Amino acid sequence: MRWERKDMLGIRDLSREEILLILDTADSFIEISTREIKKVPTLRGKTVVNLFYEASTRTRTSFEIAGKRLSADTINISSTTSSVVKGETLIDTARNLEAMNPDVIVIRHSAAGAPHMLAALVKPPVINAGDGAHEHPTQALLDMMTIRSKKGRLENLRIAIVGDIAHSRVARSNIHGLKTMGAQVVVAGPATMLPRDMALMGVEVHSSLEKALTGADVVMMLRIQIERQQQNFFPSLREYARRFCLNGRNIGLAKEDVLVMHPGPINRGVEIAPEIADGPFSVILDQVTNGVAVRMALLYLLTGGRGF
Amino acid sequence: MKSSVAGKNWLLRGARVIDPGRGLDDRMDILVEDGRISGIGRNLGKKRGKDRRVVELEGLVIVPGLVDMHVHFREPGHEYKETIATGSAAAAAGGFTAVACMPNTDPVNDNRSVTEFILRKADEADLVHVYPIAAITRGSQGKTLTEFWDLKEAGAVAFSDDGRPVMDGAVMRRALEYAHSLGMTVASHCEDLSLSAGGVMHEGLTATELGLPGIPGIAEEVMVARDLLLAEYTGTTLHICHVSSVGAVRLIRDAKARGVRVTAETAPHYFTLTADCLRGYNVNAKVNPPLRERRDVEAVREGLRDGTIDAIASDHAPHAVTDKEVEFEYAASGMIGLETSLALSLRLVAEGLLTLPELVTRMSVRPAAILGVPGGSLAPGAPADLTVIDLERRWTVSPEGLRSRSGNTPFLGWELTGKAVLTMKGGVATNSDLPQGHEHP
Repeated sequence: MRWERKDMLGIRDLSREEILLILDTADSFIEISTREIKKVPTLRGKTVVNLFYEASTRTRTSFEIAGKRLSADTINISSTTSSVVKGETLIDTARNLEAMNPDVIVIRHSAAGAPHMLAALVKPPVINAGDGAHEHPTQALLDMMTIRSKKGRLENLRIAIVGDIAHSRVARSNIHGLKTMGAQVVVAGPATMLPRDMALMGVEVHSSLEKALTGADVVMMLRIQIERQQQNFFPSLREYARRFCLNGRNIGLAKEDVLVMHPGPINRGVEIAPEIADGPFSVILDQVTNGVAVRMALLYLLTGGRGF
Repeated sequence: MKSSVAGKNWLLRGARVIDPGRGLDDRMDILVEDGRISGIGRNLGKKRGKDRRVVELEGLVIVPGLVDMHVHFREPGHEYKETIATGSAAAAAGGFTAVACMPNTDPVNDNRSVTEFILRKADEADLVHVYPIAAITRGSQGKTLTEFWDLKEAGAVAFSDDGRPVMDGAVMRRALEYAHSLGMTVASHCEDLSLSAGGVMHEGLTATELGLPGIPGIAEEVMVARDLLLAEYTGTTLHICHVSSVGAVRLIRDAKARGVRVTAETAPHYFTLTADCLRGYNVNAKVNPPLRERRDVEAVREGLRDGTIDAIASDHAPHAVTDKEVEFEYAASGMIGLETSLALSLRLVAEGLLTLPELVTRMSVRPAAILGVPGGSLAPGAPADLTVIDLERRWTVSPEGLRSRSGNTPFLGWELTGKAVLTMKGGVATNSDLPQGHEHP
């Protein structure tokens, strides 16, 4: 099959076939990053703009490396202030960028829907690198790629996502993707961090880590933002850690061959105990490696590359 | 004043005339002389008259001029969104002969000079009666009452801190008591800001999927409950603005049943659209209170049917492209409504939820009564403020077709049925879209 979409805005829109196309393509790109000379000429002469309105090290670097390994010219524009504060609207920024003829625009923005607005305005493909609490499609794809490579499948796996679900774009993208691929998704977190009507998205919802862990094939721990404490989402980090930290004891509730994942950056001792993050079940660094391959696959497919 | 006396004499023939206040719904003629209704009955055409325009309105409906008790005209301060003149033109085009404008201008309408300015501008435009609603508190800051008596004398018809709810219960209590002693109503924008803080759309599945912070229905309901209790305790009258949630309708219904002197309005978008419209981050569907769920829409419709909700008001809230074409979370809330309100409301009649006289009651008779202003009647002697409606006219909402200075409506592209084809204020046509051949030369 061929890739038909102009943009990659969210996993919710994708069919099972489209997800498989991306994952298969990413699998084939893994090898490039292991070569002595980590570069192929696929995107030579193409320009990739990374437009980051929100602080990011991992995702931005991953996109930059992905572009460079495909020989694209990658430009990073970082602005920690929103466009409103900056005084230029996103629309004007988009039009200015477009006038410089980029081939792909990668955008991260703290406002949900910003990539959709951009995509509607500009001709080049737009990749959503995370928009507010909405979606983070490349993260979900690299997560699915990691699970598939370790488990050999996604179907009928029980996957627990634990933490601040309400504010998590990673959770949303993974829910859509994993559901589409036939997995069973369980979410858990403090009741204050479980968004309204989440069960209607077709997931099991718990406010107990233990319930979510029981029988899980995969556990994804989400980063807890310390500043949520001031908004009374949880009483203290100490209490949060006591209830929701994945550790050497409670991991016994999961399957013997459980995979432990985390989108990073991790808070050691808050949502994940150091011995778990560094332990035998952890695939956290595989996720990072696969992230580059997934982003290479998307850059390739969105610029007209044929699927594998 | 501008029009000659001759321009104010009409014979309107053969329309279905609906005057709910007098239980009238029949095919009749209306005679207008010197800007007032001078006769209403069958075959008035036999009466000879001079300098009189004769219009055949067979197949059309004449109703008392529509009254929109909740609009934002943005002047003074935000003239780039709307002025009193452009807003008045939109109102006339939508079939309205009177509107009440909310005080959230810049400066806020919290003193006599702003009220007088609005009235002067409205008089210059001279297309609709514009009734200023003054602020409850100075600067709508929720702290210090404005000079209610002075504002009333200047021409204010009610008080509201619309858009900036009065969070302090004691301030609201004093406002209700003081206003009531002057025979005035307080119109409450019910929103508990601590519960809605940060929210940009209705809290529920759509917000959860879109990753947008939600405004729960209870943010509205908690304040509706508070204000109903305050009105009950103080024995004052209260008007609840833009009812949008199932719980709010229930609270108002219960309060009315036990005799609380409360009235309520809703807007067409609350009985037409749900939060689903926001998928794709449609900024034109961003409004406060937010579009809610199917069960809320159903409750609002039932509230209109059983009279729990007295009035339909558009909450016409113009915003320029620059206020809207930004990231969803930063986009201004509100939608224009004056030019779509009638057609959207007529859908309720087409669906059998309301009779046409009941709809006219909610769009003219009741809002005029709640505000205590003239209108809502076709009785002989009354000013000839009336609206002629073509129930069959099909039209498509398009930016070019709108008189408002702003085009922020989620109904762009909708094909609607029913339109005001002649709006008359004091015997002067303020909007005419009659098909050719209706008027005798």
